[in-house]
Amino acid sequence: MEIDWSVVITYMPQLLQGAKTTIYITILGLVGGLVLGSIAGLMRAYGGRILNAIAFVYIELIRGTPIVVQVMFLYFALPVLADIRIDPMGAAVLSIVVNAGAYIAEIVRGAFLSIGKGLSEAGLALGLPRWKVLVYIVGPLAFRRLIPPLGNQFIVSLKDTSLFIVIGVAELTRTGQEIMASNFRAVEIWTAVAVLYLIMTGALTLLLRVVEKRMKIL
Amino acid sequence: MSIIEFHKTSKAFGPLTVLDEVDLSIDAGEVVVLVGPSGSGKSTLLRCINALETITGGDLIVDGLSVKGNARQLREIRQEAGMVFQQFNLFPQLTALKNVAFGPRQVRHLSQSEAESVARDLLKKVGLEDKADHLPSELSGGQQQRVAIARALAVKPKVMLFDEPTSALDPELKHEVLSVMQQLAEEGMTMVVVTHEMAFAKKVGSRLIFMEHGKIAVDGNPRDVIDNPPNDRMKDFLHHVE
Ligand SMILES: Nc1ncnc2c1ncn2[C@@H]1O[C@H](COP(=O)(O)OP(=O)(O)OP(=O)(O)O)[C@@H](O)[C@H]1O
Ligand SMILES: [Mg+2]
Repeated sequence: MEIDWSVVITYMPQLLQGAKTTIYITILGLVGGLVLGSIAGLMRAYGGRILNAIAFVYIELIRGTPIVVQVMFLYFALPVLADIRIDPMGAAVLSIVVNAGAYIAEIVRGAFLSIGKGLSEAGLALGLPRWKVLVYIVGPLAFRRLIPPLGNQFIVSLKDTSLFIVIGVAELTRTGQEIMASNFRAVEIWTAVAVLYLIMTGALTLLLRVVEKRMKIL
Repeated sequence: MSIIEFHKTSKAFGPLTVLDEVDLSIDAGEVVVLVGPSGSGKSTLLRCINALETITGGDLIVDGLSVKGNARQLREIRQEAGMVFQQFNLFPQLTALKNVAFGPRQVRHLSQSEAESVARDLLKKVGLEDKADHLPSELSGGQQQRVAIARALAVKPKVMLFDEPTSALDPELKHEVLSVMQQLAEEGMTMVVVTHEMAFAKKVGSRLIFMEHGKIAVDGNPRDVIDNPPNDRMKDFLHHVE
């Protein structure tokens, strides 16, 4: 069979539509994951025994199971268990939220705890309440240390969206597969899909480099 | 009038008793130098005064407030008892000026410009007005520690606590920090200073306390007890630090 790159152009609008869905799921999922992960991470770092235990169980549950199983659970098992029905798109976004949230929680915890105790004590010794010490002193320092590992997690989550092929979400990988099924142009289509992923992850990497450069790690 | 009163104050970390029913009262204007072997509880005693450590027995009154009070009272105590740490602990993301302005801004609720004008005056007082816009990483250890002293003073405390403020400094930088401390003492600031600088203790201290195993073993006039240590362990100790 001859390789014919013109099919890529023919199917590009469809592939771009898939890429758009991938980006959409990633962004919504990561925004939610950042919120959930920050809360869980701070619970781990500063919560009392109970908050800490709740966050710990959540994180270990998620880190200990594959994301495909998590999305299958949300999409197929939750309706049976709790009569909660979500569409594939919702399940996909929620999976990223819950999955990325667990990894981000560990990143957040690590970054906050890496800031020396002496700085918090210096803040407390001035007569500041603990929350102000976290917001004005530890937070800004921890934030700078968050960026590199967060960048990694963003890239992992973006690629994880390809697993939602299992619940039929029309993201980029699924789109590639559908096109494949109709024309069997494996080399051309999968090359195009791979390149589109590389462009997305590349753009993300570049963006993070810029942010990292602008914020010196102290 | 006493500004700090220990009443049979104890502090234990689990099974380890670090302060053992300490009785001590410190008057306004005193400069108390605290010495003793490593692990004798000097830092812990200091940190109990501003409630960075929670006492486990007895009571401790600072400027009329018990360190066993609620969170708001503890913050009040900390505003009255400024602290200077061995490792400076300056906020690394803030310039010298902003480090010093931080307390008045956040704790005393001055406006940013008022806080910075307070900070500028204090930087001048410690001889660093030309370093206002430098980050801590751009300052020498001695300069950092002087900024840290200014930062603590900016909240207008009644007492200053120093935990080995010159131990992390090269010998030639100790002097600049010690002279700022001497100036403070001469202005009448109440100070509790953990240090191994015996010359400073003799020159500036009004009282010297030698601690041992969580207890006060010697309490007297610095010149008297340094020249004639009242017990052998203190004699040994002085021998080691000199
Ligand atoms: N947070 C803590 N947890 C457990 N033990 C502690 C803690 N802080 C201090 N200790 C112990 O309490 C004892 C007294 O410590 P402290 O730091 O008060 O001594 P120090 O006189 O300041 O000694 P140094 O001269 O070495 O600074 C030591 O045995 C120390 O190991
Ligand atoms: Mg100590």
